[in-house]
Amino acid sequence: MTITATLRRSAAAIALLGALCAGAAEAKTLRWSYQGDATTMDPHGLNETFTLGVQSNIYEPLVGYDEKLQLTPLLAEKWENPEPNKWVFHLRRGVKFHNGSDFTADDVIFSWKRSLTEGSDMKGYGAKASEIRKVDDFTIEVLTKSPNPILPREWVFLYIMDEDWSKQNNTTEATNVKNANQGNYANLNANGTGPFMVAERQPDVRTVLKRNPSYWDKGIRTNVDEVVFTPITQPATRVAALLSGEMDVIQPVPVQDWDRLDQAPGVSPLTGAEARAIFIGMDQARDELLYSNVKGKNPFKDIRVREAVVRAVNLDAINKQIMRGAAVPLGSLIPPELNGYDKSFGEPYKPDPDKAKKLLAEAGYPNGFEVSLDCPNDRYVNDEKVCQAVAGMLARVGIKVNLLAQTKGKYFGKVLAQAGYDTSMYLLGWTAASIDAHNSMLNLASCRNKDTQAGLFNLGGYCNPKVDALTEKVGSETDQGKRNAMIKEAWEIVKADYGYLPLHAQPMSWGVRDGVKVVQRADDVLDLRSVVLP
Amino acid sequence: MAEIQAETRGRLASLADSDLWHSFKGSPVTIASALVALLLVLGALLAPVVAPHNPFDLASLDIMAANLPPVWAEGGDPAYPLGTDDQGRDVLSAILYGARISLLVGFASVLLSILIGVSLGLVSGYVGGRLDAVIMRVADVQLSFPAILIALLIDGAARGLLPRDLHESLALYVLVFAIGFSGWVQYARTVRGATMVESRKEYVQAAQIIGIGPATILRRHILPNVMGPVLVIATIHLAIAIITEATLSFLGVGVPPTSPSLGTLIRFGNEYLFSGQWWISIFPGVVLVLLVLSVNLLGDWLRDALNPRLR
Repeated sequence: MTITATLRRSAAAIALLGALCAGAAEAKTLRWSYQGDATTMDPHGLNETFTLGVQSNIYEPLVGYDEKLQLTPLLAEKWENPEPNKWVFHLRRGVKFHNGSDFTADDVIFSWKRSLTEGSDMKGYGAKASEIRKVDDFTIEVLTKSPNPILPREWVFLYIMDEDWSKQNNTTEATNVKNANQGNYANLNANGTGPFMVAERQPDVRTVLKRNPSYWDKGIRTNVDEVVFTPITQPATRVAALLSGEMDVIQPVPVQDWDRLDQAPGVSPLTGAEARAIFIGMDQARDELLYSNVKGKNPFKDIRVREAVVRAVNLDAINKQIMRGAAVPLGSLIPPELNGYDKSFGEPYKPDPDKAKKLLAEAGYPNGFEVSLDCPNDRYVNDEKVCQAVAGMLARVGIKVNLLAQTKGKYFGKVLAQAGYDTSMYLLGWTAASIDAHNSMLNLASCRNKDTQAGLFNLGGYCNPKVDALTEKVGSETDQGKRNAMIKEAWEIVKADYGYLPLHAQPMSWGVRDGVKVVQRADDVLDLRSVVLP
Repeated sequence: MAEIQAETRGRLASLADSDLWHSFKGSPVTIASALVALLLVLGALLAPVVAPHNPFDLASLDIMAANLPPVWAEGGDPAYPLGTDDQGRDVLSAILYGARISLLVGFASVLLSILIGVSLGLVSGYVGGRLDAVIMRVADVQLSFPAILIALLIDGAARGLLPRDLHESLALYVLVFAIGFSGWVQYARTVRGATMVESRKEYVQAAQIIGIGPATILRRHILPNVMGPVLVIATIHLAIAIITEATLSFLGVGVPPTSPSLGTLIRFGNEYLFSGQWWISIFPGVVLVLLVLSVNLLGDWLRDALNPRLR
């Protein structure tokens, strides 16, 4: 730890020296650290909020989020919904990509098609449109299969790439997260329209962004000229880097260190409720689990086993001991911040280990069974520790959990659809990008469907046709009252099916050097447009 | 031949009887470190019997008992004398089980070092010539790398070559090999020198004349006479091996986290230093220091006691 700190310090010293020599001592540099790296620079490579959040400073969607998660025009100036199945976007004129080429309607159509290519993790968003028609260079019509009143909100993370650049560099297909960092040009290079450009990219080591001098929006607040992003996996090292003044912003601060940051001079914790549900899923699709000692059948297909798993885990204990009381225990995959949340399904299940044991015995596993749990160790707040605690609680009712905790790149490359859902049990976190429960219904609770890309992130393959029918209706219902009633019905079904083991809504937890002004968006994204350095 | 052996054994026995024992008795520091080392080794060996909890049994963990301070601090629980970690694991039990793994790896890798180093040293010193030159040049090259670097290289290569599951189950062996292989040079150097001296002595010449093969001469005649210094190096090397293992485990490339050694425990606890749960990392650290210090002091004493020039 000391060695890396010293190295980093000398590297910083050398960088500083270089900056002085170049006469650029005025340049304002933001030093920023996260627990993992942005897994790829490819905007269609991984649908993960952190990676997309980093990319949002480089690439832009048609319509994006402002600081309060309200829609704000980016590459589209105006949009309208003239017919239920048709959206019209009027694109911004005079926008240039980082390499100087012009942004036009062709780029939008190309990017949409690219989001549907084999390796893409954004198929679920691309599949919202059945066709995009070019009216002229700066007007497009988007046709949807069914009425979609919230399309612009659903596309806030669908970024626009330059068609010519992608063709020149042979990257017209998305990087597959399963072989991240291999080959694909867009994985390591970027050419967007955003306020920052990639100046240097060393995966897992360091990424340097430089201000885009010809950014179309001159009104953004930031005074940052350069961003040095350094992933630091070790929580204590990350906190030490902030305390010693090596970093301006770190994410996340371990919840157990909040007090320490409060007391330390020159830094403070920045916390808030995040609209992200953390939960555990079980493979209910296969006839035999990939990683278990039970052969010939799949215990998770039995609702009694799923209930046993749910009853074995004490969410309050996890919240108190691992999350230090900063999380909100959940009864479903919908955190209270989302539109559609209701107490009827939001209340956590009551833990009952004795009943869990009984249920296991009834289901034919009086001595329990073994199963592997996939878990990231640098994605969510205290993710590996949460997995360890769940493993301990399941062990108490007889389910022996072999924990496989690894870095998020490897983890996602194993459990996601592109890798064929190679898991038997997994911990995942989900923020509905549209801040609406329908997004979670469609991605997490719908039966997996290759054609519509529904259930793309339903890694365990939970499937109930009733939920599917409701999801479809909710997707096109415009009456808010009816819509929320159907959302409620659907999540009550998922809850009664014990489809998932919901854990908690995690807190956002940043550490910020005093004087640095940042806006903490409720989806945990750091938008550099709003960062002001002293 | 029988006479020579008897004489050798007699010499060692008298040494142990008189000089060693006397110098041991006369040094309170040595007695103290011997006691500490003995206590730690016994605690580690008998961990399943003396430890209050089994830290490897997930089902016995109670998360509601997590983050408890040591018993004398406010909020401590007598069931967990040195407190608990973030998962409710008893720190004392984890240390006892962890010391077991640290000592196991330490002893095993020292044995491996001795096996490689002493064999090469004997052959090198006895045969001489080109073989000697080759072995010693290899030793020179290895001496120019720090032992920890070689251990890291071996461990890294094994990680890359072996599939994940296999590596998990072989991790302990890989670690022993990595540490053992990085430490053979000192043994080879020392034994080579001693062998060169011994092989010119009359009892060796006598053995050669009556037609005993070189392998037997090395094993039965020279080996017992060069083992004195090896014993001293081995004791000090044990301390180094334990530290190397702790370093590797602290860096996360040592033993798998499911069977934590002292270094792994310090790594886990390191995450909580800022948040005030100092006991998770400090106690394993203290035990590691005590273990290494006592073994080192014993090694120092042994070196002085066996060195005729210092007597």
